[in-house]
Amino acid sequence: MTNENLIHYIHSIADNSLILGQRLSELCGHGPTLETDIAMTNIALDLFGQTRSYFQYAAELSNEDLTEDDIAFLRKERDYKNVLLVEQPNTDFAYIIVRQYFFDVYHYLLLKQLENSKNVNLQNIAKKSLKEVAYHRRFSGDWLKRLGDGTEESHERVQKAINDLWVYTDELFHMNEDDKIVANAGFGVDNSSLKDEYYQIISDLIKQATLEVPEIQYFQKGGKKGIHTEHMGYILSEMQYMQLAYPNMKW
Amino acid sequence: MSNVEKNTSQNEKSKSLEDIFEAKIARDEKIEPKDWMPEKYRKTHIRQISQHAHSEIVGMLPEGNWISRAPSLRRKVALLAKVQDEAGHGLYLYSACETLGISREEMYEQLHSGKAKYSSIFNYPTLTWADMGAIGWLVDGAAIINQVPLCSTSFGPYARAMVRVCKEESFHQRQGYEIMMTLCNGTQEQKDMAQDALNRWWWPSLMMLGPTDDESIHTEQSMKWKLKRKTNDELRQQFIDQTVPQADILGLKIPDEDLKYNNDTGHYDFGKIDWDEFWQVVKGHGPCNKERLKARNEAWDNGAWVRDAAVAYAEKHTDDESIRKAI
Repeated sequence: MTNENLIHYIHSIADNSLILGQRLSELCGHGPTLETDIAMTNIALDLFGQTRSYFQYAAELSNEDLTEDDIAFLRKERDYKNVLLVEQPNTDFAYIIVRQYFFDVYHYLLLKQLENSKNVNLQNIAKKSLKEVAYHRRFSGDWLKRLGDGTEESHERVQKAINDLWVYTDELFHMNEDDKIVANAGFGVDNSSLKDEYYQIISDLIKQATLEVPEIQYFQKGGKKGIHTEHMGYILSEMQYMQLAYPNMKW
Repeated sequence: MSNVEKNTSQNEKSKSLEDIFEAKIARDEKIEPKDWMPEKYRKTHIRQISQHAHSEIVGMLPEGNWISRAPSLRRKVALLAKVQDEAGHGLYLYSACETLGISREEMYEQLHSGKAKYSSIFNYPTLTWADMGAIGWLVDGAAIINQVPLCSTSFGPYARAMVRVCKEESFHQRQGYEIMMTLCNGTQEQKDMAQDALNRWWWPSLMMLGPTDDESIHTEQSMKWKLKRKTNDELRQQFIDQTVPQADILGLKIPDEDLKYNNDTGHYDFGKIDWDEFWQVVKGHGPCNKERLKARNEAWDNGAWVRDAAVAYAEKHTDDESIRKAI
């Protein structure tokens, strides 16, 4: 395993947090209640905090003179390795919650394994993040139940969101070359090992929420290889705006 | 007892209650929600506290406009946390106001319909990153000057909420000033951005402290109830005196040709404020009044099915203690 492999692995974990954090922060001030607004902002803050820990470590590992911001803001779209799920838009509160729950359960299982990484930095970040993600998962899971077993309208909306976002779940368990090398070295996690438990957990909750588990067998993929949906370019052009318009300045 | 006698006796009773109430305020004791209070006191407090809460919530929008474009991760996190604090302030204030017998839904309705006001400053647009610095420095700075006296106002729940709010606001102000400082120590382009932000936010910040004393209709009564400790003009002078030296440290120029230190008074003299602009914005014709109200209305309307679902779910699961607590 080279430093490059490890750096790419860290990027791919952190990019999920960064892009989902970016999506959630678009909602700040626009939530359905003040309480949910505050809660979703908290989740975004946690995700950005995690992103910073990962990128600071990746910057240390790099031979170049990099900062966390260079990594966050100055890569090209193809170099972001987040899964397609997290870049999906804030269509409505049902999509926001389903996207969150689908990601949170995966994130939780991933961090539980990453706690056992042979790399002490990743171990520490995972330990700290796990506490936060346990809360995220409870928040999104509770809301999924409320929406599923709430009113007829909420039931329909959340079922539609589940059906639409289901196609992005399989990619969570894909491994690119760097992931495989880092997992084999005992530093990273073998994502494919999380899959059965993941589908068990989310299917149970979907049923508990009086909803149906989709029977879709065709899935979307690409993010892990840097091939994103059309949404990604817009996310980046907004996120990178200042760094690109005013290069090489301190903020 | 005849009706006349009955009325007289009631008048006497409320007169003595009013005496007790006035005496409490004079002794600097707090009025609590269950205490007797004159109807006018209740109404005035509902108006002021709900306006204050609305200002926090609408105030999330201009700064929220830059979260997705913040120039660094550190700045993004700080800005997000700041806007979240404002949501928290809104929450304390709505809760304080609810103790006076109005529901949060009623207050929202007043905001959404345009009946209730909020601070006019939030009807100005945030056009560059430097606006995040200028708002923290100037707008939060003016807000602190307005709000510190409220920590010892007579209505208990409001005073206690303000203690927390002021602590956070003072942190926000330092954060804003630090953004300005970083820009002013940066490239020429960054300094220009900072100066431009100061040029646009200076006068609206002065207006934020309210109309001049002779135009302010609520001042006298509010001073009596300790809702106000200083007049608008006194607060404005305090703000100017405090801010001019801060601008000097930044190397920025306050956009007022008449601004000059007056050795006799020990204060800065300043130019004429464009009150026509102020009243125009108050009346709903500022640059962003429509956008701000539209954003709040949309968030509320789009959230209706979510709130309905939460209530419906709670009603179906009344046996579940954790759910009742969560909603």
